[in-house]
Amino acid sequence: MGKPTGFMDIEKIDRGYKPVSERISNYKEFVVPLSKEETINQAARCMDCGVPYCHNGCPVNNQIPDWNDLVYSDDWKNALENLHSTNNFPEFTGRICPAPCEAACTLNLYEEPVSIKTIECAIIDRGFDEGWIKPKISREKSGKRVSIIGAGPAGLACAQQLTRAGHEVTVYEKNNKAGGLLRYGIPDFKMEKHIIDRRINQLEGEGTIFKYGINVGVDISIDELENKYDAIVLSGGSEHPRDLPVEGRDLDGVHFAMEFLPQQNRRVSNEGVPSKTKEILATNKNVIVIGGGDTGSDCIGTSIRQGAESVTQLEIMPIPPEQENKLLTWPNWPLKLRTSSSQSEGALRDFSVMTQSVSGENGKVIGINCVKVDEKMKPIPKTEFSLKADLILLAMGFVHPIHEGLIEYSKTELDERGNVKANTKDYKTSASKIFTAGDMRRGQSLVVWAIREGRQCASSVDYFLTGKRNLPI
Amino acid sequence: MSEKKTKFKIAGFPKAQGLYNPVNEHDACGVGMVLDIKNRASFDIVEKGLAMLCNLEHRGAVGADPKAGDGSGLLIQIPHKFLKKKVSKNFSLPEPGNYAVGVMFLPNNNNDDEKIKKLVENVCTKEKVKILGWRICPTYTKELGWSVLPSTPIVYQLFIERPDTEKSQDDFERKLYILRRCIEKAVLEISDEIKEGFYIPSFSSRTILYKGMVLADQVGGLGEKLGFYEDLSDNDVESSFAIIHQRFSTNTFPTWSLSQPFRMLCHNGEINTVRGNINWMNARQKNLASPAFSENDLNKIWPIIEEGQSDTASFDNALELLVQGGYSIAEAMLIMVPEAWQNNKIMDKNLKSFYQYHAPIMEPWDGPANIAFTDGKQIGALLDRNGLRPARYLITEDDKVIFASEMGLIPVDESKVKSKWRLEPGKMLLIDLEKGTMVEDEKIKDSVANKRPWKKLLDLNQLEIDEIPNSYKEPNIEFSLKDLQKAFGYTQEDEKFLINPMIINGMEATGSMGTDTPIAPLSLKNKPLFTYFKQKFAQVTNPPIDPIREEMVMSINNYIGPRPNVLNLNQEKFAKFIKIDTPILNEENACKLKSLSENNNSFMSSVTIDITFDHEKENINDVINKICKKAEKEINCGRTIIILSDRFISEKKIPIPSLLITSKVHQHLINRGLRTSAGLVVETGEAREVHHFCCLAGYGADAIHPWLAHQVVRKLSGENDEEKAVENYIKALGKGIKKVMSKMGICTYQSYCGAQIFDAIGLSTEFINEYFTGTSSLVEGLGISEIEEETIVRHLDAFSKTPGLENLLDVGGEYAVRLRGERHSWESDNVRDLQHASRSNNPQTYQKYADSMNIQNEKLMTLRGLFKIKDAEDLSRKSVPIEEVEEAKEIVKRFATGAMSFGSISREAHTTLAIAMNRIGGRSNTGEGGEEADRFLSLENGDSMRSSIKQVASGRFGVTAEYLANSDMIQIKMAQGAKPGEGGQLPGHKVDQTIANVRFSTPGVGLISPPPHHDIYSIEDLAQLIYDLKNTNPSADISVKLVSEVGVGTVAAGVSKAKADHVTISGFEGGTGASPLTSIKHAGSPWELGLAETHQTLVINGLRSRITVQADGGLKTGRDVVIAALLGADEFGFSTAPLIATGCIMMRKCHLNTCPVGIATQDPELRKLFNGQPEDVINFFFFVAEEARSYMSKMGFRTFNEMIGQAQFLDTDEAVKHWKTKGMDFEKLFHKPEPWKGDTLYRSQKQDHDIHKILDRKLIKESEKAINKFQPVKINSEIKNTDRSVGAMLSGAIAKIHGHKGLADDTINIKLKGTAGQSFGVFLAKGVSLNLEGEGNDYVGKGISGGRIAIYPPSNSKIVPEENIIVGNTVLYGGITGECYFNGIAGERFAVRNSGAKAVVEGSGDHCCEYMTGGIVVVLGKVGRNFGAGMSGGIAYVLDESDKFKNLYNPEMIELETIRNTEDDKLTDNYLLHDKQRLEYLIKNHYRYTNSPKAKRILDNFESYLPKFIKVMPTEYKRVLIEMHANLDKSKSTAKG
Repeated sequence: MGKPTGFMDIEKIDRGYKPVSERISNYKEFVVPLSKEETINQAARCMDCGVPYCHNGCPVNNQIPDWNDLVYSDDWKNALENLHSTNNFPEFTGRICPAPCEAACTLNLYEEPVSIKTIECAIIDRGFDEGWIKPKISREKSGKRVSIIGAGPAGLACAQQLTRAGHEVTVYEKNNKAGGLLRYGIPDFKMEKHIIDRRINQLEGEGTIFKYGINVGVDISIDELENKYDAIVLSGGSEHPRDLPVEGRDLDGVHFAMEFLPQQNRRVSNEGVPSKTKEILATNKNVIVIGGGDTGSDCIGTSIRQGAESVTQLEIMPIPPEQENKLLTWPNWPLKLRTSSSQSEGALRDFSVMTQSVSGENGKVIGINCVKVDEKMKPIPKTEFSLKADLILLAMGFVHPIHEGLIEYSKTELDERGNVKANTKDYKTSASKIFTAGDMRRGQSLVVWAIREGRQCASSVDYFLTGKRNLPI
Repeated sequence: MSEKKTKFKIAGFPKAQGLYNPVNEHDACGVGMVLDIKNRASFDIVEKGLAMLCNLEHRGAVGADPKAGDGSGLLIQIPHKFLKKKVSKNFSLPEPGNYAVGVMFLPNNNNDDEKIKKLVENVCTKEKVKILGWRICPTYTKELGWSVLPSTPIVYQLFIERPDTEKSQDDFERKLYILRRCIEKAVLEISDEIKEGFYIPSFSSRTILYKGMVLADQVGGLGEKLGFYEDLSDNDVESSFAIIHQRFSTNTFPTWSLSQPFRMLCHNGEINTVRGNINWMNARQKNLASPAFSENDLNKIWPIIEEGQSDTASFDNALELLVQGGYSIAEAMLIMVPEAWQNNKIMDKNLKSFYQYHAPIMEPWDGPANIAFTDGKQIGALLDRNGLRPARYLITEDDKVIFASEMGLIPVDESKVKSKWRLEPGKMLLIDLEKGTMVEDEKIKDSVANKRPWKKLLDLNQLEIDEIPNSYKEPNIEFSLKDLQKAFGYTQEDEKFLINPMIINGMEATGSMGTDTPIAPLSLKNKPLFTYFKQKFAQVTNPPIDPIREEMVMSINNYIGPRPNVLNLNQEKFAKFIKIDTPILNEENACKLKSLSENNNSFMSSVTIDITFDHEKENINDVINKICKKAEKEINCGRTIIILSDRFISEKKIPIPSLLITSKVHQHLINRGLRTSAGLVVETGEAREVHHFCCLAGYGADAIHPWLAHQVVRKLSGENDEEKAVENYIKALGKGIKKVMSKMGICTYQSYCGAQIFDAIGLSTEFINEYFTGTSSLVEGLGISEIEEETIVRHLDAFSKTPGLENLLDVGGEYAVRLRGERHSWESDNVRDLQHASRSNNPQTYQKYADSMNIQNEKLMTLRGLFKIKDAEDLSRKSVPIEEVEEAKEIVKRFATGAMSFGSISREAHTTLAIAMNRIGGRSNTGEGGEEADRFLSLENGDSMRSSIKQVASGRFGVTAEYLANSDMIQIKMAQGAKPGEGGQLPGHKVDQTIANVRFSTPGVGLISPPPHHDIYSIEDLAQLIYDLKNTNPSADISVKLVSEVGVGTVAAGVSKAKADHVTISGFEGGTGASPLTSIKHAGSPWELGLAETHQTLVINGLRSRITVQADGGLKTGRDVVIAALLGADEFGFSTAPLIATGCIMMRKCHLNTCPVGIATQDPELRKLFNGQPEDVINFFFFVAEEARSYMSKMGFRTFNEMIGQAQFLDTDEAVKHWKTKGMDFEKLFHKPEPWKGDTLYRSQKQDHDIHKILDRKLIKESEKAINKFQPVKINSEIKNTDRSVGAMLSGAIAKIHGHKGLADDTINIKLKGTAGQSFGVFLAKGVSLNLEGEGNDYVGKGISGGRIAIYPPSNSKIVPEENIIVGNTVLYGGITGECYFNGIAGERFAVRNSGAKAVVEGSGDHCCEYMTGGIVVVLGKVGRNFGAGMSGGIAYVLDESDKFKNLYNPEMIELETIRNTEDDKLTDNYLLHDKQRLEYLIKNHYRYTNSPKAKRILDNFESYLPKFIKVMPTEYKRVLIEMHANLDKSKSTAKG
């Protein structure tokens, strides 16, 4: 531990945002990093706990106290080495992870947690800046071939681990570029896409083969892969969105978030909106976002940047408390009222609201009819109200992976929630030599969970292929 | 004394069963002798000896059979007149000196005695010795206890004539020695059954021994009463000396052979290094030669020490060899028990050379020892270097000497006493009977020092390592440092927590809280073999040492090379060896040793043996055997240094675990008699932390070169000085080794080396017997193939590159949780669940928590995790409905919170626990830091913050009469799970005003708790402390807290015999506020083992029902409680779990004062964050009780008592399996011995403390007016040495009513006459004055709480008080406040840990004012060495008339000042000023109360004496006082302004 009394002596500071007026004029990241000295100072607040709750709170179990200490002693290179030993892609989590580690941080019990995510991000960004991050090419090749379907964070983590273990890994991706939700779901203002590109460069340098634009199960049969590869990993994510089965759902202007968000990301990266697809824009519109989660926030931020007239976010759950009872929640992720950067850019929010119908004119949406609900989500009489709406974005989460195609043909069993069934010990599906990881297995979740699953699945695949536990988890 | 399972013994010990093993038996004792310097034999001496025995009875003990003592005896000269008379009918005796008497215990059954007699006669014939005849020594057995009777032997006396071939009596004695060995060996060869009952107490032409398993007053007859030995009642039994011994053993089994004295000596204390000593003695076979013995004779006596005897018997054997080999008994004693010469700057040079010369010849027999010895020609006594046993003597005008553990054993005409003195540490008392003179220590030493030119002789033998030139260069190793580190199992934590702090600070790092990782055999990680060994430590039966404050007795010097022949008295042939200052070699010195191999002409020759193996081609076993053979061959070819090296490591070549090969080679060489022919050096990349080095040392390494660790140190030193870093690292290891040695009370590396002071855990007996012979291992486990597998796996892992981790060491996770590291019991989820459950009183969440602790199918954590609890049906019983099971509110009364001191934790946390426990009827514990008096009163809402258990630890902080009076239980902390055998330190920054008030110390000044209780160096001392405490508060139970280790059960049995009401067995998992990491991890064993051993041993001894057994240390759930109960616990201590319930989150930062939840901190800001409520604790305990009830219901127990000790309900859970645990066997753990008739498996009766008729009852009665009505009283009484703890009960009674403020001075004025027993004036309350005309023994004024004590010689005495001893050792220990005036000299450790008492004494022994934190000590005369060690407060004035003080004080914490003459000042409490006034005042008092002639002389010439006084001022204390007074002045002036 750098400084035993750091947590008492040093005030918490964290990365700030650029002013709203400035940041909503473009799609660039707007988080302002701390200086090196400030970062080191913040690392000194870490108490190197005997039981580091952050380390357990973090799904990839980053050894947070260790790299905090290394940053404090200005040993960034070893901090990076340590960070990479548990997390293949800290540049992703350092930007978009909600940081359950910080909720679990001991300092969060009575005080403000250590700025863990900020330090993580500083370590990895410095690593790239200094050119420390180079392909790590395996010494020996196993001669085994693995295909990974889906280049989201789970697939990428899995691919990197297996490639480094000496296997020949081919990643099949239905989109034109790698990253999955990271690239197409998460707006650039939260993470610019060159961040993904530079990591993909490393993977390619290590020998991972990427095949884009191939939708396995549609463009190529799973049988073909089975013949070609010694193991297959399904990491296609959980892409089936939850729908809103109300009157008026079919009206023009009611869209899933994942119809809306990727378009903007493609615009920013000049990939362009596919020609067959109709453009969805919020410009000058009254936008209603249904769903209070991260995707909802992404819709808000994107709508505001597109120049929406107004943005309103509706959430069916009651408004959570502003402050949790830490004695009964810590070190768990607490339910409490959080305001995302996008929400603070000018969205209205309402809670305990259920949509009853969407009204339209000429096939186009013009409004939304809602009612307030009680704690059991039963409508409260006489609380009906309507809002003006030109664009309604459904951001109510994803129920399970898309079953058609890949899963259907792979003949893998599903669990009761419709996800591909496999446990977290070996990540094996019911089909021989087929494994699965990430949202496709566990259902919608955080990027950091996807990375964890990708790593663990890789370890299991490697064991399956070699009979040895070469890969760490 | 650790008594080993014995071949030479008279039946007694039960066979080893369950966890009970007679190997672990201990005892301690009272010794004494009475003699006539002029060698005038008389019956009077014998009678006096017998009388002394009777008055030593309190130093012995009785067990379950009240008439069975632990053994006593008497060693005297052969009573020629008497024997001649007795045998005259059958045969006639030649003149004295021409015949010998062999006393033999022969079995009393089936004519076995006749068989043995026949055998003896045959041996005599073969040895050409003429038998004169046999005599049956008549014995009176009616008074023997029922348990002793069956084993009572027939005592025979064999008379043999001196053969003409034996020219002198000394030759005859040597012949007798050989003859006796021949007889013993011959008997060994006949059946086991017969030999069990056979023993030869003595066989000499000079002395004869009368001893047995009898009470002290039964050895001989006294007055009308008949004794066991009828002989001793005959007036014709005449001797000029009698050596007596009264034994206090931990067992209750009749073992006739173990009673003392032995043939040449008797011993009070314990030889800690006996295992190593025996090994080393037996290793000498090839190396031994003597003109006194023919080779044939030497073979006859071999082995010198038979396996399986007590330490004292072994010592006796070795001493016998030296004496028969030609040393005088005095020389032999000095060689075996040398004083602390290494660091003694004032010792005579020649004497030092004598010790230096003999050091490599014989490793010290180390341990507390007061030994009285005789060869019949000379008689004497010696105290070991530490002087931890009391030894007082007086000389009368008619040349009689009375020597004993205490004074006052027999009445003496005071007017005839010439002088009274004590044996000082390392000093000897010797009487030459042939010359009729008494030889002073100085003269004895002068004569040995100048006998030969030792220095010159030494220089012919010895070379300092610095003198050796180096011509060797190590070839480079091709592998990267990281790969090598991985191959040897290095972790990130090794660098961060262990090595780095050593480099920076030159000492080992500190940690806090207990360890909660699995023991090595349960770990899924590949653990180094070292981790399967747990350090043993001293508790109760011998004291640990303070390696810092008493460094003067410690030494880690060692020798590499052949040891000289121990019987080479004429210095004819020299061995050559190298002396090293530390056993840890740096790279250069290692090279030097290797360079000795290059030049065969050099005076020594070394060889390096490769200890790696290729697992694909070789089997580890074969390689080990090859290495052993190679070592043997090389030594036979003349090599004198064997270097075992694993530098030959490569991807293919795997190092054999260094500990394994070291131990095996060491033992192999011992068995071949070659070990002393060469030095054994280990060069390994494996050893890196203190524990590793200790293991290697303990199993035989003379020196260790940690080659890889040095490279790591160099890497970690970064830009700093590499050489300095290596130097610091070696220094830190040296300190660490000293600490580990000192835990066992061992002072020198030389005797630690090979002493095997470890318990193994999780290793199979077969493996242990093969490689670690003599080590205890209890639960079986791994064998060589599993160790091999573990080694290979680790090695292969290291050289295969794990993607992503290529550049990283294993994360470790031993010291802080890391999910990829070692597993911990306490981790995020269960801490969370426990807290959430307790705060919201949610049983489901508790269940989640309990499951995570209890179900260990996939997470092996503890031994109990591998157990299965059977249901009633499994044992053909019926379960009972849960409603019928004893209620939870009753069960929680069995729960206690552990000892956590106020000081280590905050008041908020401390009182929360106390309130909670008081509400549920359980108990909380003060810990060792005292308790604020406001907590003794109830709160308005009926709650009470009073901790019902008051702890008494070695620091004695805040232990006042009031504190003790306000307790329901008083717990003596012998050891602490996280750091057994160690003291503690509360840093100055944690001592705020409140803490200082409670501890009677000064804010800002650090406080040291010494490693030992300075009033408990052995079991009979513990009995005395129990007696002190029980007297002070007769209504409190007295508890003794022990830590689990092999042998703890035996100690617990001793504790029960010492009349403790309660014993706590604490596991190694127990927590700590601060402790070196080595101790947290590597000392002590799980409570399951210690508890089961304790319960079984108590039951086997018939002692179980009179003591409550508490399990403690890492208990977490109801299942833990049930398992502990089934293994034999009545009660249960929890510390960490309830602390977590109140908010502890296992930060492990207690030692930094930065606890972020306000528990382990005194920082006012952090304390505000404490959020715990009593309800949290109460909820937790009820959850635990309810969980326990559900098990009880399933097992079919309605009441808790029914469940205790029912170990048949436990079984091994076959479902829990791992490759490492498959060999584990808990059969011994689950052993269920049957109780004695009338005994129970749980506590069911009270101890009889024998305090009904004591002197204090009378004092209290006569003081009633004073106590109740404040009316002054005066009392007069006689006093004897058996009147112990006088004043304690009276003080307790006063404190109970009047608190610490007591009564007005002198309200109760008591005048006593005689010799006071131990602990005179202990905890003496304010208002009581004790005036003693006579003398005091040990512990006078201990814990004095405001009273006044004055002691002065009897009015008819002619001795000069200032030159004679008046009080014993450890006087004023833990004194709180009050005054003492002693007209004479005190023993060792005067005013040790005094907090505030004022004392005047006329001289003192070693370690005066040690650890003192307050008060004033005036010494009007000479002091001993190490004055003021660890003295952090208070002041002392020493009259230094001979200008020697500058060499005697310990300058580490104190500075010396002259007395400032400030005439006009008025005396105030400002210790910075008014020295003259203060001195004058105190000396005037001294004169007033004792009439001291010296005081008068000083007062009469005060001005001229004044400059001779030196003021002793602790440095830190002075700084704080200056600040304090500056602030006071400031506030005064502001007030005025």
